[in-house]
Amino acid sequence: MATRGFSGRGRGAEAQPDRLPPGQFLTTDFPVLSAGPTPQVARPDWRFELKVGPRPIKSWSWADFIRLPITKVTRDIHCVTKWSKYGTGWEGVSISDLLADAALEPPTEYTLAHSYDGYSTNVPTADLTGGRAMIAITYDGKPLESEHGGPARLLVPHLYFWKSAKWVKGLQFTERDEAGFWELRGYHMYGDPWKEQRYSGD
Amino acid sequence: MSQPPPTAPKLIWQSAIVVAIESRTPTIKSFFFRLARPLHFAPEQHMDVRLTAPDGYEAQRSYSIASAPQRNDSIELAIERLEDGEVSPFFHDTVAVGDEIELRGPIGGHFIWSADDGGPVLLVGGGSGVVPLACMLRHRAACSSNAQMTLVYSARTAADLLYGDELRALDTRNDGFRFFPTLTRELNPAPGVRLGRIDAPLLGTALASLPAPPKVAFVCGTNAFVEAAASTLLELGLPPAVIRTERYGG
Repeated sequence: MATRGFSGRGRGAEAQPDRLPPGQFLTTDFPVLSAGPTPQVARPDWRFELKVGPRPIKSWSWADFIRLPITKVTRDIHCVTKWSKYGTGWEGVSISDLLADAALEPPTEYTLAHSYDGYSTNVPTADLTGGRAMIAITYDGKPLESEHGGPARLLVPHLYFWKSAKWVKGLQFTERDEAGFWELRGYHMYGDPWKEQRYSGD
Repeated sequence: MSQPPPTAPKLIWQSAIVVAIESRTPTIKSFFFRLARPLHFAPEQHMDVRLTAPDGYEAQRSYSIASAPQRNDSIELAIERLEDGEVSPFFHDTVAVGDEIELRGPIGGHFIWSADDGGPVLLVGGGSGVVPLACMLRHRAACSSNAQMTLVYSARTAADLLYGDELRALDTRNDGFRFFPTLTRELNPAPGVRLGRIDAPLLGTALASLPAPPKVAFVCGTNAFVEAAASTLLELGLPPAVIRTERYGG
């Protein structure tokens, strides 16, 4: 159904329509959206932990963590609130390298990421490995600011950005797909922007 | 605190008819929609809006529902005109009464208060960030709730104070609602009107107007506004888990 009188903004080449998932618009800002106040976690206090179910497997201090192989990526990111941003630059430790350092093969099909403010989000483990995801510690060449999830956030850019948990403190491998914070509140369990999987039932 | 809404079936786009448009402030208009299908929502949730061009191009945005949920066949969305926006200027400049607009919702499950939750509750809004808070207050009034609720609301000028008359009228009822407006750029203030940004003393006064520390504090506005207000509330001793934020734009 065409909306009377609507033709859309001048859609110049920079919008690159094939690069934009359905229902998204391009921004050059980097909007900040979160459900509560910004946690302030000092790097000396930061810990990151891998668990299988309730069982801790390995944890890293900040000093340990930054000795792991650092990967650099440039990716487009897509927020469920409709904005997309092209070519964002990140550095961090890929989930595959993290698992290798823990001498762990992916133990279950599903992962729940946990954050310092109590936030959580679920991602199939296969969507984290093979270079698809990392624990990011720099954005745009600078240490990740707390507003954008620093000291470290999960980065899973092929899914809606609520899956890229800010202030991440650990990954927990789960037997079943366990709904995280927004998934419990009506958002999609998987969140593929190309299938416009914003809300449960989409 | 409010449980998230029960799992809903797939949210389908529905066509809604614009039945009225009201200018509220120099930059904000209210759009009143009659819905084809009744909408059950909690204060405050939002609606996704979809505009489609003749060639199939789509633009989508989200807007907070301003009206109380007691009415489920019509809703109000208060839309601020953003200079470089794609959708809000279309609403302000082109949409007319009688137009059909596609909506779907309700969406959101965290920035929610219902009268059963009770108080005390602190509301802090900046500019158009007051819309979700107004929805909660309208719901509270419709339920004749006496839940203790205090609103601190910062706007640029008296003309920008959205729902100003309505909020001042609620404040005179002496039913547990207190209103603390403040203006940041008003050159001709009426007597007694507070000037200046929200700061620790103002939030301290607001907290002191509640009989006990708030169960929940809802903070809504631009990201810069929310960061400042939330940090000040943390400095004043509110636990982080009590503070819920909704951030508009960047």
